[in-house]
Amino acid sequence: MRRASWFNVASVALGLAFLYLPIVILVIFSFNASRLVTVWGGWSTRWYVELFQDRAMLEAAWVTLRIAVVSATAATVLGTLAAIALVRLGRFRGRLLFSGMIYAPLVMPEVITGLSLLLLFVAVDVDRGFWTIILAHTTLTMCFVTVVVQSRLLSFDRSLEEAAMNLGCPPLKTFLTVTLPLIAPALVSGWVLAFTLSLDDLVIASFTTGPGATTLPIRIYSEVRLGVKPEINAICTIMIAIVATGIVAASLLSKFHELGRDREAHPVARA
Amino acid sequence: MIGATDKRGAWSARAVVLVPYLWLVIFFLIPFLIVLKISLSHTAIAQPPYEPVLDPAAGLEGLKAFFRALSFENYIFIASDWLYLSSYLKSLEIAAVSTLLLLVIGFPLAYGIARAPRRWQPALFLLVVLPFWTSFLIRIYAWINILQREGLLNQVLLALGIVETPPAWLSTDTAVYIGIVYSYLPFMVLPIYATLEKMDDTLIEAATDLGCPRWKAFWLVTLPLSLPGVVAGALLCFIPIVGEFVIPDLLGGSQTMMIGQTLWTEFFANKDWPVAAAVAVVLLCLLVVPIVIYQQMQARDLAGGR
Repeated sequence: MRRASWFNVASVALGLAFLYLPIVILVIFSFNASRLVTVWGGWSTRWYVELFQDRAMLEAAWVTLRIAVVSATAATVLGTLAAIALVRLGRFRGRLLFSGMIYAPLVMPEVITGLSLLLLFVAVDVDRGFWTIILAHTTLTMCFVTVVVQSRLLSFDRSLEEAAMNLGCPPLKTFLTVTLPLIAPALVSGWVLAFTLSLDDLVIASFTTGPGATTLPIRIYSEVRLGVKPEINAICTIMIAIVATGIVAASLLSKFHELGRDREAHPVARA
Repeated sequence: MIGATDKRGAWSARAVVLVPYLWLVIFFLIPFLIVLKISLSHTAIAQPPYEPVLDPAAGLEGLKAFFRALSFENYIFIASDWLYLSSYLKSLEIAAVSTLLLLVIGFPLAYGIARAPRRWQPALFLLVVLPFWTSFLIRIYAWINILQREGLLNQVLLALGIVETPPAWLSTDTAVYIGIVYSYLPFMVLPIYATLEKMDDTLIEAATDLGCPRWKAFWLVTLPLSLPGVVAGALLCFIPIVGEFVIPDLLGGSQTMMIGQTLWTEFFANKDWPVAAAVAVVLLCLLVVPIVIYQQMQARDLAGGR
């Protein structure tokens, strides 16, 4: 039996308050009419108007978005292949090194990853900018995709694949028509995770960027170092709104999906 | 795919491994070897700004000259300068203390969620994960708003009469701790919640039925069972915090820099690439043990999931 003791309720409530209060304050102050970020001057949307006139900021946002889409897509392909290799191929030569290279980037301090990638790009003498950031982000985020897809591959029913193959379906076709649709939700969440990580990254992008490729985090960081500005509050609020809508929509969608599936299969099962 | 006799199957299986394998070797492993090499070079006013540069055209003689020119001077320099040592110590201290703080705050939160009514759990879980999806930079920035001298925290403290003069929060270690705990909290809560959620409730019931007080049942049953989650959460926080750059840079003071900041300044401000590379190598050596433990745990999880 589960009773909600006051201690449990309090720790959850306090924890969530701690997580959300700063964000809520930030959002409220983005509508502040006053230029002084600490003085409340009434509601206003002037910072949003100013933001949309800031060409450099919009340009940075566009660059960041394109980098995130390309690198998340590449990372999803590579990460899925890596997950299949880890889960399905059992022992192969170099497996230890392979799994090491998958898990290490997950916790590796970003300054090390960033520095090492930059030195690689310098050593082979490529022009740094848009594409080098994409290569760097793909490398980092594919490992996250691998972890997500891997757990999905581990949990699903292999007898479906075996059934298809017993019925004479060739391996590649089995993969495309049976396996891929089954792991598709993991591919989607892996892609979204990679996309968000890429949007968010400051350190690795700073190391691997070159002239002409200023991403939004790099831009925000250089502004923030100069002090708090109301425009930054506004752009942060927009980013929070986009992410929040995306996540809530995704979770509602998967819940809907799960409900339907659960009803068909086993009514009490949980994800 | 199991039928390895199928030549085409075997070939495609090899391709499945080979593509991500090669990618990671090129973009993860080789870069580290380059860092190692450059950490043994010395600065030069040239492009690239270090010497020696390996020249494949010079043949074997060139290779010999290249190896002769490598030296450990950067490591000796790091070891002899108090700046770097104190930077490493500071990073380890901040990482250790904040991991402890994260445990103290994260465990009750994870436990509270795991004990909440089943139908609320997905929503509560989502609420903990959600901030992780919003930009890291934004969350640190939000704290600058709150912690600055005329910020909200001081306004509240003044209004409540807790302090007479507004204390400085920004540019202190306290601000760094707040920023770190705030940013890493989901990473601590998730693994702990994952183990607590899987735990069998009847174990606690059995313990209490046999006359064990609830706190003791918690201590003897819940805590040991949650240990894998606790260790995973602690490693997931500790390792990246040691190399953290953004949080101490935006919230911390300039008295003692964390090693991530030192590396950053060495690279971007001083343009001393060899020393920056040596700083990275030493940092990696410090972290290699926790990273390997983390990896082992992940691999074991994978095997257990089968």
